[in-house]
Parts: sequence; C-alpha cells; structure tokens
Amino acid sequence: MGSGDPFGNEATQEVASGMGGIRTAGDLVMRMQLSRGLKIEAAKKYVAEKLGVAMAELSDCSVMREVRQNLGLGYPMPDPGAAKGIGAKIRIAEIMGLKINSVEQFKKKTGLHY
Amino acid sequence: MEKHFTRMGDGSGIYMSKEEIRADLADGTTDAADRGKIPPLSAEELDYLYEIVATPVNIVSVARGKETVTSSDSGAFKINYQADISLDRAISIQVHEKVLAADSLDLGNIDYSYKSVKAILHDEAKVMENVQMNTIMPVLYGAMPNLGLYTKPDGPVDNWSELLPRAKIAEARQAQEEAVELAVKDMVYIAEGMYKAGADGMNFDTCGASGDADFLAALEAVKIIRGKYPGFGMEMGMAGEFILGMHGQLEYEGTRLAGLYPHKQVKIAEQAGVTIFGPVVNTSSNRSFPWNLARAVTFVKACCEAADIAVHVNVGMGVGATPMTPVPPADAVSRASKALIEIGKADGL
Repeated sequence: MGSGDPFGNEATQEVASGMGGIRTAGDLVMRMQLSRGLKIEAAKKYVAEKLGVAMAELSDCSVMREVRQNLGLGYPMPDPGAAKGIGAKIRIAEIMGLKINSVEQFKKKTGLHY
Repeated sequence: MEKHFTRMGDGSGIYMSKEEIRADLADGTTDAADRGKIPPLSAEELDYLYEIVATPVNIVSVARGKETVTSSDSGAFKINYQADISLDRAISIQVHEKVLAADSLDLGNIDYSYKSVKAILHDEAKVMENVQMNTIMPVLYGAMPNLGLYTKPDGPVDNWSELLPRAKIAEARQAQEEAVELAVKDMVYIAEGMYKAGADGMNFDTCGASGDADFLAALEAVKIIRGKYPGFGMEMGMAGEFILGMHGQLEYEGTRLAGLYPHKQVKIAEQAGVTIFGPVVNTSSNRSFPWNLARAVTFVKACCEAADIAVHVNVGMGVGATPMTPVPPADAVSRASKALIEIGKADGL
C-alpha cells in the first residue's frame, strides 16, 4: 500500500487485489515473503501445503476462518477463548515451521520451551 | 465518438476516446522502455490494459486466485497523524489488522527517519513490544535513511547541496561518504533494538531520496543486519524510479549506483540481503492515467522478471500509476492494482 487516505489506498487495494490478512491466510503468506523472500506463488504453495488446503482457498475467508479457528491461528471478530496475539503466533510458528522473532523473544523472557 | 471516463495523473476526471487511450498507453510503455532500456509491453498486454482502463465500472479486481499481499510505509500513522484521528499507534496497527485486513504493517515514528529515532529508540522499542504481544500479522519497524538530515545545520556533515553549486565536487563527495558511515551506524543500532523488541523485520523506506549515497547507506546497513540476524525480514522501498547521482561514483559490490532503474536496483538489493523490494515509478500529474499506468506496468514487469525475491510495488499517491492526490480515486487505484499484479507480475503492493 502507500500514502493517501486509508479508504482510497489501503481499503481499495485490499478489495481489488489483497488476500485479506488474518481474515484469510494473507498474514501467513506475507510471513513467508518477509522471512525468505519467496515470490507470491511459492509463498502461497508453502502455506497451502502446511495448512492442507488448496492454493485458491487461501484467499477464501469462509474456508480460512474455520482452518484458523481449528488450528488456533487467530482471526478477526474472535470468539471468547480464541487464540490472540502472541498466543496465535506461537501456533503459527509451529505449524508453518518458521521461527517468529517475537515468539523467540517471548520464550527467552518466560523461560518456556516448546 | 464514444468517450471513456478516466483520470489525469493528479486525479481529476477526464473523458478520452478509444484512440486517445490507446495512443497514451503506447506512448507510456515506449517512454519506460526508452528510459530503462527494457522491453515495452506487447500488443496483447496493451490490449488488456485498454480493457482495464475502459471497462465502464468503478472498481475492478484481480482474477480469483491472483490475490497478493500488502506491506506498508509509515503504516501505523495513516489513521492517526494523517487522517487526524486521536489514536495510539499500537491500537492503529490492530485496526489495520482486524478492520482493514492488512497483511502486515510497519510501526514508525512521526519523524520517519532513522536519525530521528536514535534518541528515542528505548521508547519506540516498548511500543514494538506492546504491538508484538497483541497482533498476529507481521509488524516491521520502518523509517527512511534520509541522508540529508546528517548535513549542517541539522547534522555534523557539510551540506553537499550547498557545495555542489559552488563547484566543490570533491568536498561534496567527501561529505556524502561521511554521511553514509553515520547513517549506517544509526540504522544498524535501531535494527538491533527492534530485533530485541520482537519486530518481524525492518523497512528501509524512501531509499535513494538523497541520491546514490542514500541508497548505498541502506544497502550497507542491510548487509550488516543480515549478517547478524539471518532470519530477520528486510524490506527496501525506493524514493524514485532511478537513482540520482548526487555523488556519481559510488558503487555497491562493483556496480555503480547512479542511474539505476528498478530492474537493476532489485538485483543490488537482493545481493545486500533484502527479502522484499519496493520499486517506485513516478506518476506524472500532467499526463493521463493510461499513460502513467502503461509506464508503471512496463517498469514493474521488467523488475519482477529480474527479481529472485518478492517485489511489492509502491502504490501510494504519486507513484505506481496512483494519482497524485491525498484522496486517490478508488477507480484508478483498483485499476493500477489489477494491472501491476496481472501484467506486471507483482508479488504484492
């Protein structure tokens, strides 16, 4: 996205071409790009395989909400007891086979090992 | 003669005939090809661009399955400082995540330069720690190298913009080289603090704003940070479509930086350790949207074909075919998004 009012830029870009962040698997695909520099198709393929869904389903909020609920990956409009914030990222790191920096820092501070 | 609604590069609405749109599309791609020494768009691609521009609907979108992801520059202060809503940055990031469906965001200080953050890193790190506890999507820390801030009277180095008009070329070059060293130190220092605070990565934004030395500073910083923290995300967004030769002789690993266009910038960024590269194509506000769109897609396509890392195109106001206005029209923004992804093959915006 870029500069400009959030409706004209961010909201429009998400509607026109965005995966949808934590509504779907956008945050997970973004993690693979950011940490490993993967191009979009390779990043989607990696995430789809880890989640056991088709690549096209990664951008489908009706499919991904259920997947995220079941796996504890966090989702918007959360139910009581749903995984949130760092709790969800601990699950994401485990399922994606990825070291997430904030999770690693959290482990150091708490002395937890998993 | 049938006329189609489209826009100028400043966002104002205009009506153009099919022939006028096609002529501007052809002219735009030729301009990019000539400047960048890259291939122009094919006849089929120009036909598809024409369809995207002329389709009589407000919003267009990519085909199902072609969705990509978004990153940001100064993302955490669009809602508060820019839209003028009293909202803490940490809360703002949660709004982007849970309301606006952002795929990632960057936290940054209102004075969005690494030099300015140096003195307040301890406070910025606490905000990052807070954000990381409460969000799920990747959150980066972002700022600009902004080499100009190192010049007198704001900084310790002689001002090359004052030296150059006096034909003090050697002194101007020396001053830029000194500024690079200082900026690299600051960027590495802040990246260390943000890594410890749990950030998912760093965003080096508006690189090259002060010319080739500015770009070099960012590259050197990325290389050092990559060596220290191998899995740390590293995004680099550019200031303009080519690197200004304010110094003119600076090289990175044997490649002269001045004059590089996006398809060559991305290869240097990759070499340094960047994982996501953000090319810029400037919007000309006195040319039509079709002209700007064809030009942007031509540069971006060449950049994405050259890249072995992810490419997130800069699409804020005034870049990436987005009209130069604080309220970019959704019809133009959605058309630019579709064209840059489907024809340009961008990995994100």
